[in-house]
Amino acid sequence: MSEHLPVLLVAIPFIAAPLAALLNRPTLSWGVALAAALWALYASADLLAQVQGGQVLVYEMGGWAAPIGIEYRIDAVSAFVAFIVAGIGAVTTVYARQSVVREVEEDRLPLFYAAWILCMTGLLGISVTGDVFNVFVFLEISSLSAYALIAMGQDRRALVSAYQYLIMGSVGATFIVIGIGLMYAMTGTLNMADLAERLPPVMDQRTIPVAFAFLAVGFSLKLALFPLHLWLPNAYTFAPSAVTAFIASTATKVAVYMMLRFFFTVFGAAFAFDQMQVDLVFLPLALVAIFSMSLVAIFQSNVKRMLAFSSVAQIGYIILGVSMASVTGLTAAILHLFNHALMKGALFMALGAVFYRIGSVHVEAMRGLGRKMPWTMAAFVLAGFSLIGVPLTVGFISKWYLITGALERGWWPVAVLVLITSLIAVVYIWKVVEVAYFEEFPDDHPVAEAPLGLLLPLWFLVVANLYFGTNASFTTRIAGRAAELLLGVGQ
Amino acid sequence: MSPELSLLVAVLLPVAGAGAVLALGRWRNVREGATLLTGAVLFAVVWSLLEPVLAGARPRFDVVEVFPGVQLALEVEPLGLVFALVASFLWIVTSLYAIGYMRGHHEENQTRFYAFFAIAIAGAMGVAFSANLFTLFAFYEALTLCTFPLVTHHQTQEAKRAGRVYLGILLGTSVGLQLLAIVWTWQLAGTVEFEDGGILAGTASAGVLGTILVLYVFGVGKAAVMPFHRWLPAAMVAPTPVSALLHAVAVVKAGVFTVLKVAVYVFGLDLLSSLAASAWLSWVAAATIILGSLVAFTKDNLKARLAYSTISQLSYIVLGAMLANRWGVIGGGMHIVMHAFGKITLFFAAGAIMVAAHETDISRMKGLGRTMPVTFGAFFIGALSIIGLPPAGGSWSKWFLGLGTLEAGQVGLLAVLMLSSLLSLYYLLEVPVKAFFAAPPEDAHREPGIHEAPLPSLIAIMITAAATVGLFVWPDLAYELMIRVVPGGM
Repeated sequence: MSEHLPVLLVAIPFIAAPLAALLNRPTLSWGVALAAALWALYASADLLAQVQGGQVLVYEMGGWAAPIGIEYRIDAVSAFVAFIVAGIGAVTTVYARQSVVREVEEDRLPLFYAAWILCMTGLLGISVTGDVFNVFVFLEISSLSAYALIAMGQDRRALVSAYQYLIMGSVGATFIVIGIGLMYAMTGTLNMADLAERLPPVMDQRTIPVAFAFLAVGFSLKLALFPLHLWLPNAYTFAPSAVTAFIASTATKVAVYMMLRFFFTVFGAAFAFDQMQVDLVFLPLALVAIFSMSLVAIFQSNVKRMLAFSSVAQIGYIILGVSMASVTGLTAAILHLFNHALMKGALFMALGAVFYRIGSVHVEAMRGLGRKMPWTMAAFVLAGFSLIGVPLTVGFISKWYLITGALERGWWPVAVLVLITSLIAVVYIWKVVEVAYFEEFPDDHPVAEAPLGLLLPLWFLVVANLYFGTNASFTTRIAGRAAELLLGVGQ
Repeated sequence: MSPELSLLVAVLLPVAGAGAVLALGRWRNVREGATLLTGAVLFAVVWSLLEPVLAGARPRFDVVEVFPGVQLALEVEPLGLVFALVASFLWIVTSLYAIGYMRGHHEENQTRFYAFFAIAIAGAMGVAFSANLFTLFAFYEALTLCTFPLVTHHQTQEAKRAGRVYLGILLGTSVGLQLLAIVWTWQLAGTVEFEDGGILAGTASAGVLGTILVLYVFGVGKAAVMPFHRWLPAAMVAPTPVSALLHAVAVVKAGVFTVLKVAVYVFGLDLLSSLAASAWLSWVAAATIILGSLVAFTKDNLKARLAYSTISQLSYIVLGAMLANRWGVIGGGMHIVMHAFGKITLFFAAGAIMVAAHETDISRMKGLGRTMPVTFGAFFIGALSIIGLPPAGGSWSKWFLGLGTLEAGQVGLLAVLMLSSLLSLYYLLEVPVKAFFAAPPEDAHREPGIHEAPLPSLIAIMITAAATVGLFVWPDLAYELMIRVVPGGM
């Protein structure tokens, strides 16, 4: 079976999705979702172990060799991203069972779980496929199911924000498919490895830069790079808590992966950075994203929305690392894919636990919660430390690599800006801390600690934040290997 | 127990102590017993490291490789041992003092207080025994964060505001400046380990290295070099045992300790003395010394006056480091010890006056000496040490610092040290003089007879006052350790 692992990683969740809908019982459907997520976790961990030394696994779909057939191509980069998706997927699926009962109507739950699994399937598919059109197909699978998931939020504004996301996301996907079409027109192939060989001879024609531009804009929309991030804050704010935790930790990360794959593997770093000079666009946008979105986050009174803006800023960090186009910079970016998933996953899950008990995530409503829900708020504080970048949390490791990368390039003002913005994170995290620990709980109706079904997955991620911040050898090694693979050095 | 293991135990023991405090919170006598026992065992563990260190060994314990090239690791060298001995010994005394103070003052949430106190000590031990800049920074930040609940213990709006200043300045400087300096060091030297003779020599131009030095000195906000000193007066909103141990010993000394450690083991004295920035920074420290003393004059609130006195005294140690010669470093290291014992005595006395006589302002302490003779007597001794007069330990460290200024050929800095001593002579001795010789204010209701602070607090005050005198007679241990930090001819 193990030689079929690459396809089974995607196929089993894909089959599980209709099964969850057909079973039509909330608990059974949840069970199917959990089984699918755990399978994906096992399969992606196995694949990661196989490729962590720099090997590449190639799986030909149905035995048809590329470029006729579709091929799955797994290296350290793709296995790492699949591992992030599956890991976060498994933890948030455990968390979802109790969380969504409060936030989604009961008769929709089987469909909710079907969409949930489909979304995960799409994200997994993007990370392992070696075919550019297949990327688009999986992108649509994950996006459409994500729109549905977000629209299931309790607040009526969830519908509008899902619609907003639908429009923006479709524009992005269309740009991507236009880019793919132009490349196909020039080369007659859709296989990534094949494209990488056939593109260089035709690169001097205008079509390829145009294809590149369409793709760059499409990816930027999908990964919510400033100023194409407008869909994100509302979508994160009004989606059910479990959906926010899952999507915020995975969807934008996979979009970044797509971009890395196209820029570095398909077009090659030389074309993307020397000829197209994409870094000249990305660097300022990343800096503006980091700075302005961190500032905007301070002024939000809805904590979920605050963290959504913080996510846009954090994506800026990732893009900043990419725009350095160096091994250290790319390592920082790939590392932050993982680290940011851990911290934001934990933060949104803590907020979900708060919502479960008090039905609101407004700063004002969280008065005195430090005493009423000590474990939830302690988790929020620790995950907040990670977001700030306190040593021995994952946030610090990302920051260390990012600053080293900036100093290597001699960009010391960038290093200073990164540090200043992590101080801004202190301000918005502390806003919540002060309200929770320095104010009195308003009325005397009893509020209990969140149930264990929410606390256990939450604390699992919090401990992961601390563990991978103290012993980061594993993540830094994988990310470093991935960066070398993308840049084609050190082999 | 091997010395390597002792290092790990010294950091973990207070954490275990905090756990015990939380578990035993219901029985307050047992809970305080747990704190005192942990303190005693901790001091014994740290003391056991003395023998190998005096013999020239540097036991090291690698905890984990955080990422390639950077270890979370503990190592003991003489300077770190000086700091650890002082902090762990004074923790026992402060715990004793806190028992009397916290109960006498009817403070709430005492279990949380003792638990975070123990964790803060673990942070201080980690700083003292850090083997590299990464480990140092990790514990430095941990110390900031776990003292926040102690500073804001009363959870009032005033505490919240003070907490913002505390956290804002300490995190702002450490993340904004110090971390940049550390990563820059890593990028230039390819290592963050502390090594004899430094790691930065020859890696970059004098301008770049000077910039990094400036980032370090201002980035270590805990050393309270102006203009980053405001957090220390703000932290005085905390209960007095916190001000005494953390904001006269553990936290602030972690700051100046970091400066000394960076000077000796990251830059190395040879490189440091060749940088123009070190001379420039020694004048910044000198300015802080004088300005801190001048501001102390204007404060009528005793704790505020002591806070500014601390700011002034901390810069003595920064100055010692920036002199970049043997005597400066020895004097700076010894001042960590001498100032710790002197200043903690002063804070203990201030807290005792608050508990027993409910007075916080110096102008209202007139005539109080007859009611609290032991407390004000101890205050007098502590003040002598801060001023640098015999028979108190402070005279030794000031002597060596003075030698350091002459060695560096900076007579102007020697004059600054003299002037500041004169200033502190006035603003510190004013307190016992008024208490013993002035008539009480008209509206004060003083009952006849002696009303000292609760007995545990009183014992603590007497211990530290006696130790301050003892350090004048036996300064050998601190000196012996410090000459091992900077070996060389006399």
